[in-house]
Amino acid sequence: MAGTGTAAADKTHRAIEAVWRIESARLIAGLARFIRDVGLAEELAQDALVAALEQWPESGVPNNPGAWLMSVAKRRAIDLVRRKENFARKLEEIGHRLEVEGEGVDLEYDPALDGEIGDDLLRLVFTACHPVLSTDARVALTLRLLGGLTTDEIARAFLVAESTVAQRIVRAKKNLEKAKVPFEVPQGEDRARRLSSVLEVIYLIFNEGYSATAGDDWLRPELCAEALRLGRVLVGLVPKEPEVHGLVALMEIQASRSRARTDAAGKPILLLEQDRSRWDQLLIRRGLTALEQAEKLGGAHGPYALQAALAACHARARTADATDWERIAGLYEVLSKVAPSPIVELNRAVAVSMAFGPAAGLEVVDELVDVPALKNYHLLPSVRGDFLFKLGRLPEAKAEFERAAELTRNSRERDLLLDRARECS
Amino acid sequence: MRFMIMVKANAESESGEPPSQELFAAMGRFNEELVNAGVLLAGEGLKPSSQGARVRFGGGRRTVVDGPFAETEELLAGFWLIDVKSLDEAIAWVERVPCEEGEVEIRPVFEPADFEPHLSEELHEAELRLRERVTTQQHL
Repeated sequence: MAGTGTAAADKTHRAIEAVWRIESARLIAGLARFIRDVGLAEELAQDALVAALEQWPESGVPNNPGAWLMSVAKRRAIDLVRRKENFARKLEEIGHRLEVEGEGVDLEYDPALDGEIGDDLLRLVFTACHPVLSTDARVALTLRLLGGLTTDEIARAFLVAESTVAQRIVRAKKNLEKAKVPFEVPQGEDRARRLSSVLEVIYLIFNEGYSATAGDDWLRPELCAEALRLGRVLVGLVPKEPEVHGLVALMEIQASRSRARTDAAGKPILLLEQDRSRWDQLLIRRGLTALEQAEKLGGAHGPYALQAALAACHARARTADATDWERIAGLYEVLSKVAPSPIVELNRAVAVSMAFGPAAGLEVVDELVDVPALKNYHLLPSVRGDFLFKLGRLPEAKAEFERAAELTRNSRERDLLLDRARECS
Repeated sequence: MRFMIMVKANAESESGEPPSQELFAAMGRFNEELVNAGVLLAGEGLKPSSQGARVRFGGGRRTVVDGPFAETEELLAGFWLIDVKSLDEAIAWVERVPCEEGEVEIRPVFEPADFEPHLSEELHEAELRLRERVTTQQHL
């Protein structure tokens, strides 16, 4: 077994990992402001991490590890700039500044610096989520630069090969360089579009984690926590953007149900059948507060705020029977105008039927029968069959359930649907 | 993972005097750091035990005992609830607590996974197939 020396080294390594997790985003962001190159900033930060791994086991973790890493990275930056001729131009631009600031790094906490770090972080968020990058690349780069995740961790969380993620990140950095994406916070009209790209990336990460199941690598459900954390960080960076609060509200409330979503055997439980006492009241409260904030900022009709408001309707209902379906139907109606999608319409149909009866629901769902996107979607005939069944139109209901059974790829669900079809005869 | 970070009481916190301006400001900055990092779920400072009470259970009876309580070092003065990746990360945060002396305890909070039985391969497969259903239908 490991001797005490190894155990101590191991402990330091874990401490370094923890410091990295806390400091890496700020470190990369701060460096990127100086050298105006996110890819290079990340490499320099990695260099500093390697230096820490070499030195800290001997010297111990410094009192202000963030400042230590930054000062090492800045010194490396100066070396690099000096060594490489092709950086001559950059040297002129920034070398002097680096030299001045790189020497005597303030090892004490400096609150005045905090605002600046915030700006740098925000620039980093917008850069990692830049629309010139593919969605996959944005997700990988965000987790890498802002979440401090390793390539291996990202690969395991997304069930892809490590080499795939590594390539994605390398290509993403190249693309940022090629597109000459400036390291800045977008302003004006561009800002809204860019912000929605950021929110999309965070929500994608959240959903990837949310779809994880009990046998998966533990890193998958961790993605939910990471997305939530990124969302909360973003709220601090842009506190006046209602949709950021909306997204955080949505994620907090969805995450509040994670304990109730599966039974003891790991089988998923549908929302209305969940044991509400297992919902996490702390997260619900946080979610409702965030939603209030989004609404206060005038963002009640943002797509994320609307989805959060829908989730909040369920969160507020003590029992499934107490659900305010009229409000839910109304929110879906607004959502279907703000962000039209056949899935939203299908959900609206269900809400309408719960609020106003199956005939009203059927009216909504009948409009969807010819929508190409839902042609092979088993939930459409499943929902329609349910309405028809409740209306006593049994032969039609039977045909719908059978069609749904044919379309689903899930055997348990197929059995359930065939049972319902049998009930119709 | 969630951790409860508990700050132990001391004579000062038990005295009921508000903390010094300096400490108050330092704590404020630390709290802000936790918020900015997106890891703080909740946190509160506790009034001295002289303003609290205990309920003792035993022999089928409940006895209410009013504070203060003597064993200062076993009392709490405040707590944070944070959501971080590992115990190491929790430790790294606690090392930044602006405390001059005393003790801060870190305890992991039970997660649902701690209670989940091990899944058989077969069940896991079945669950994978059910995945689509859960993710696409929030309300259906």
